[in-house]
Amino acid sequence: MAGLKSLKHETIASYLFILPNFLGFVIFILVPVIFSLILSFVRWDILTPPSFVGFSNFVKLLGFHSVAGRWVANDPLFWKCLGNTLFLMMIIPIEIMVALGLAVAMNQKIKNMALFRTFYFLPTITNGVAICLLWAWIYNYDFGLLNSLIIKMGTFLNISVTKIPWLTSVKWAKPSLMLMGLWIMMGGYNMILFMAALQNVPRELYEAASIDGANGWQRFWSITWPMISPTTFFIGVMAVIGGFQGGFMQAYIMTGGGPERSTTTLGYLIYNHLYSWQHAGYAASIAWFMFIVIFLVTFFNWKFGGKRVQYSHY
Amino acid sequence: MDKDKRIKTLQKGKRTLKKFFVYILLSLGALTMILPFLWMISTSLKPYSSVFIFNIADIKWIPKPVCWKNYLDVWKVVPFARFYINSIFVTSCVTFGQVATSSLAAYSFARLRFPGRDKLFFAYLATMMIPGSVTMIPVFALMRIFGWIDTYKALIIPAVFTAYGTFLLRQFFITIPRDLEDAAKIDGCSLWGIFWNVILPLSKTALATLTIFVALGNWVSFMWPLLVTNSIAKRTLPIGLAYFQELYQHAQPNWGLLMAGSVVATIPLIVIFIFNQRFFVEGIKLTGMK
Repeated sequence: MAGLKSLKHETIASYLFILPNFLGFVIFILVPVIFSLILSFVRWDILTPPSFVGFSNFVKLLGFHSVAGRWVANDPLFWKCLGNTLFLMMIIPIEIMVALGLAVAMNQKIKNMALFRTFYFLPTITNGVAICLLWAWIYNYDFGLLNSLIIKMGTFLNISVTKIPWLTSVKWAKPSLMLMGLWIMMGGYNMILFMAALQNVPRELYEAASIDGANGWQRFWSITWPMISPTTFFIGVMAVIGGFQGGFMQAYIMTGGGPERSTTTLGYLIYNHLYSWQHAGYAASIAWFMFIVIFLVTFFNWKFGGKRVQYSHY
Repeated sequence: MDKDKRIKTLQKGKRTLKKFFVYILLSLGALTMILPFLWMISTSLKPYSSVFIFNIADIKWIPKPVCWKNYLDVWKVVPFARFYINSIFVTSCVTFGQVATSSLAAYSFARLRFPGRDKLFFAYLATMMIPGSVTMIPVFALMRIFGWIDTYKALIIPAVFTAYGTFLLRQFFITIPRDLEDAAKIDGCSLWGIFWNVILPLSKTALATLTIFVALGNWVSFMWPLLVTNSIAKRTLPIGLAYFQELYQHAQPNWGLLMAGSVVATIPLIVIFIFNQRFFVEGIKLTGMK
């Protein structure tokens, strides 16, 4: 009887412990998730009452119509932004590879490791707006550091060079943002995760491989790479999730989404629909499209990629 | 014997050479990291006129003369002090709120038994995958309905609640040995007593890690404060910096002043990082490995 009473007491206590967090969780996360799904079926400017429009948001978003025998997207801007987002994500594999390379290098028991780590971590702990301003300045066409270096290099090598319109031409804007992204991401969280994973690979495996005459390259591919695959996998999934939602601050601060909307990502498009154009319902339908894609990518990664990943029980 | 020795010296030489190359590589990388920051500081010490040069190849790394004026002006041109105070206030409230509520909930998830616990925890976990913009839209609408737009409430309260903090602390709490708790229970300690006197003191690292992560995340938070504030008096530092840049809509901005503002906005973070590196590294491992 006493045991039952204390169990009941524990249940009540448990709920009390969770309550403050749970209330906020329900109001600011759980209900909004459901509410946003409902929103994606309405037209709403937030000020006047919403009107239910069925699937028309999604038809506009994903549908095509025929114009003189040619299929044209109902919302070409959305497809353009989706394309921009995917294009900008192409830097992700390089970011991960560089992070791994740095982690391997740092793992060689080198001196001043903490100092190096601090340097590589600097962009991660710097205010994002400050970084965007800094790079907007470095990429500045008339007075920027990069163009200055190009001109200097040209004079030095005695070849004719011209300044590059880094952020102001359709051709260069995306690569410029990707380069900046690489600079930010290569030494951040990913590098530290890789360093931790590398330290967890058992020494004996390397010793055994050395006795068998494996060289450094072989040791990396047959031991390190499979042993750290769970971390690589985790980093890859997180990077894809982040990349799909990314690009807002760069667009807002550096390019305004241009030129010719070439740097408008889905994140910036959602903000524009919600805030600038008062399309809360349509913004919600884009957000849900994003959610579904992220869910599918993560799911298929677990289902198919996850199996090939080696989980060790050392 | 002699041959063995020679092979060993050869191997040692090879290893030194390899380490040398690794050093060169890492140093080059570190230089790429640090140069833009040096450029930021260099620009911040230049007067308006000397930032714009006639011949672009004439860029100077070391400002002559060093002009500290930007660091004084930055507080006057825009209400930078106000942005700073707003950021400190909002970040402190969000951090305290989040660490307090998540540690309570995490204790319950990690240590207590109650009906629906695992299902509820799964719900918490599942929401971590949802893109921020999915919840942001309705919460923004909610702020309008509550009349919270342009108030501290809108900046603070929705930011307190994330599944992430609860998740991180729960992962740590489950690793604490149960023996200590059992001993406290036998001594007649209440559940609150166990939480306060046993669990929390043993979790200082995890609590410090979460504190730093939340504080850092909120300090640089951009999209949400941008959405819910519209008067200058309520802007936080990142929004203030962005607003600062918007002052120069069509002209070349005063880059020296902008960079001075960026430096001032960045320094606290770098100081916090340098003194708390251990917690960063621990925290990243804690969330990434499980």
